[in-house]
Amino acid sequence: MILGLEFPPISHVVEWPTLFGDGPFAVNKVVILMWVSAAIAFTVMFLGGRTRALVPTGVQNVAESALDFIEDGIVLQTIGPDGLKYTPFLLTLFTFVLTCNVWGLIPGVQMPVNARIALPAFMAIIVYLLYHYVGIRSQGPIGYMKSIMFMPGVPKVMYLLLTPIELVTKFISQPLSMAVRLFANMLAGHLLLVSFAVITAAVFKVGATLVIFPFSFGLLVFLSMFEVLVAFLQAYIFTILAAVYIASAMHPEH
Amino acid sequence: MLQLLAQQDPGELEAGLTAVGRGIVYGGAAIGPGIGIGIVVGNAITAMARQPEAAGMVRTTMFLGIAFTEALALFGFVLSFIISG
Repeated sequence: MILGLEFPPISHVVEWPTLFGDGPFAVNKVVILMWVSAAIAFTVMFLGGRTRALVPTGVQNVAESALDFIEDGIVLQTIGPDGLKYTPFLLTLFTFVLTCNVWGLIPGVQMPVNARIALPAFMAIIVYLLYHYVGIRSQGPIGYMKSIMFMPGVPKVMYLLLTPIELVTKFISQPLSMAVRLFANMLAGHLLLVSFAVITAAVFKVGATLVIFPFSFGLLVFLSMFEVLVAFLQAYIFTILAAVYIASAMHPEH
Repeated sequence: MLQLLAQQDPGELEAGLTAVGRGIVYGGAAIGPGIGIGIVVGNAITAMARQPEAAGMVRTTMFLGIAFTEALALFGFVLSFIISG
């Protein structure tokens, strides 16, 4: 404790009291934010898709640039033309994750929904089920297991080492790391902003340290802008990883 | 020194060691990914400088590489919260 500075414990930063409901269906601020962001993502895409002007304006512009970004930047570069039927899923994933992340920057709300592991874990499970389904659908159950366990072009002795690694990677480590990556990035960003806000407030209060207040505050503003970048980047990475996993299930030789 | 240790409250040493352990876990987990992300980004910059027309493809692959490398550090970050005295 310096200058009357006291950091709130981690449980005070991300835990919110229950508003109504109980047990597993308890509703708190995070759940409400999740509903709101689902509604926002739906509304933007619905309104953007309803008007079909040749020269897009307003909401349609946003929706079309998001669609172009997913289609050209993610689907065509990772899966290829035969992955275009997964564009709606990936677009939904991207807009929803992005809206959930951005709540960490909105003044007065300031709680990224993905800073609790429930939502990232659930989305990772959906992606996990989807890419195994795609793999089984495109190669058959036996062919899919064979392509996971015995990758071609490797000396036979190496299978002793490679098969367990590949099995653990595909069935445990990929979904786990996907959920933890999104969750930990958002939690770390949230903690960073909380720490600097606490420091700024403590420096402002004392008076003699008011000299360093502008620097501390400036850094807080800078970090907030950095968090905008992180929120976007994590939504992008989550989507592109989903696309890469689908691609590796569809085209096993890559 | 021994007297100092003897004067402490019960549980204080444990709490302190837990805090030290958390620091070591995250610090240790950040070493490898730090080096790894440096290598990934450095090589991506080299590639972009040599072939600016391939910059888009290189950038996509670079973010993928960063994401895979970064996951290790994030496991350490989460683990440091899980550790309790």
